[in-house]
Amino acid sequence: MINVRSVNLCFDHQTVARPVLQDISFQIPPYGSCAIIGPSGCGKTSLLFLLSGLLQPDSGEIVIAGTPNCGTILQNFGLFPWKTVYQNIGLGLVLQRKKKSFIQERVTRLLREMGLGGFEEHYPGQLSGGMQQRVALARALATEPEILFMDEPLSSLDALTRERLQNLILDVWQAKRITAVLVTHSIEEAVFLGRRIIVLSKRPGRILRIVDNPGAGEPDYRQSEYFFHQCGILRETLKGEENGQQT
Amino acid sequence: MGSKRDIFIAALILLGLWELSALLLDSIALPEPWLVVKDIGRKLADGSLLDDLAISAARALLGILLALTAAVPLGLAVGAEESLRRRISPFIYLLYPIPHVVLLPLIIILFGIGNFSKIFLIALVVFFQILVTTRDAAKDINRNYFYAMQTLGASRWQMYVHVIMPASIPKIMTAMRISVGTSVAILFFVESFATTRGLGYIIMDSWGRSDYVSLYTGIGSMAMLGFSFYLILDRIEKRLCRWTPS
Repeated sequence: MINVRSVNLCFDHQTVARPVLQDISFQIPPYGSCAIIGPSGCGKTSLLFLLSGLLQPDSGEIVIAGTPNCGTILQNFGLFPWKTVYQNIGLGLVLQRKKKSFIQERVTRLLREMGLGGFEEHYPGQLSGGMQQRVALARALATEPEILFMDEPLSSLDALTRERLQNLILDVWQAKRITAVLVTHSIEEAVFLGRRIIVLSKRPGRILRIVDNPGAGEPDYRQSEYFFHQCGILRETLKGEENGQQT
Repeated sequence: MGSKRDIFIAALILLGLWELSALLLDSIALPEPWLVVKDIGRKLADGSLLDDLAISAARALLGILLALTAAVPLGLAVGAEESLRRRISPFIYLLYPIPHVVLLPLIIILFGIGNFSKIFLIALVVFFQILVTTRDAAKDINRNYFYAMQTLGASRWQMYVHVIMPASIPKIMTAMRISVGTSVAILFFVESFATTRGLGYIIMDSWGRSDYVSLYTGIGSMAMLGFSFYLILDRIEKRLCRWTPS
């Protein structure tokens, strides 16, 4: 269970504190999935950084039950260009000083699961965007996290690769019994992957709406009428925000 | 660096220009290149040049290595740690522009007139070139890499090993390339006193005797020495930087 209670965050901008997030409260049930969506610059990434502990809130609190092991995929994959695919995936385990044989076994399994077999000695720069994303996913999964944080993991990919990887993320989420938290600016992606969808306003980000979306997780959800209905709700909410700010 | 063919062509063009200038100038201060090439060949064959070449190579190499071992760790730390950067950078900017070769008298008093003083002076000059480049390399690393390391639970030391050091290596290699040129130039200066060995000595000695062919033999050997260093650096870079798009 992830519990976010009245969180506020400011960034210092030339000695003036500018609010980034205001009064954010929501919960994510264990083994749930949550999509955070909002206009660009609304503080989605900051919210994910808060959840994953890279930033600390100015007020409010974020309570994560137990002290779970977390995996994070940052924007633009966050892979290290000077490390091979194998080294990138195994890095978390190397940092934890795991045994070499253990690392080899785990990484080899992930390479197979992610369809990266034969590419272990390649460098990220030699791979397509879709494959780099798989490496990033494999690296985040290598330490067997209970919570997986993803910051726009698929935003730079073409439509087809994107759908394929959305399915992969879905498979991973269901097979490994993890809690998945995903930041996205794509309405379809949010509805496809997020059982709970947090809609943020323009900066400073406030919660406009929390949409419960129990259909997420069904592989053929994309074709269902309910899927389009949910997308419509999100679109209206985000549009209303845009219009509201213009007048 | 270019293919063997390109290097060969460049060498031919340079020799051609040299020949042309020698013919036009018609001065004993610029002998024709074939005389010099013949002299180098003879002295290499009888081994007399080899000793001086080896001694100069050793002095330059040790100087560079000494500078490298001091400048890289310091540069990485000053670049990566903001508090250090604030405090140390003014020292660097004050000390870097000094013509370090003028410290020679002091170095001789401290370390004597032997080889160590020569190596130390080369190291001192090259040290700042490597330090400044390494510091800038470590300073400019994309912050996302640090975030990514943080999400994997890295310690500060692990940041150095897995991010700061490898990310800085391409720029350190560039600094090394600049240092090779500098070290050979300083070599001439440090071998012009208190030694009877080395390429710098050959140049000074031939100059004094107005033996211009030998003088250019010394100069040509210095060029070859620097060139070999570049070849070695290229090899090392290919090994260390396999990940950079070439």
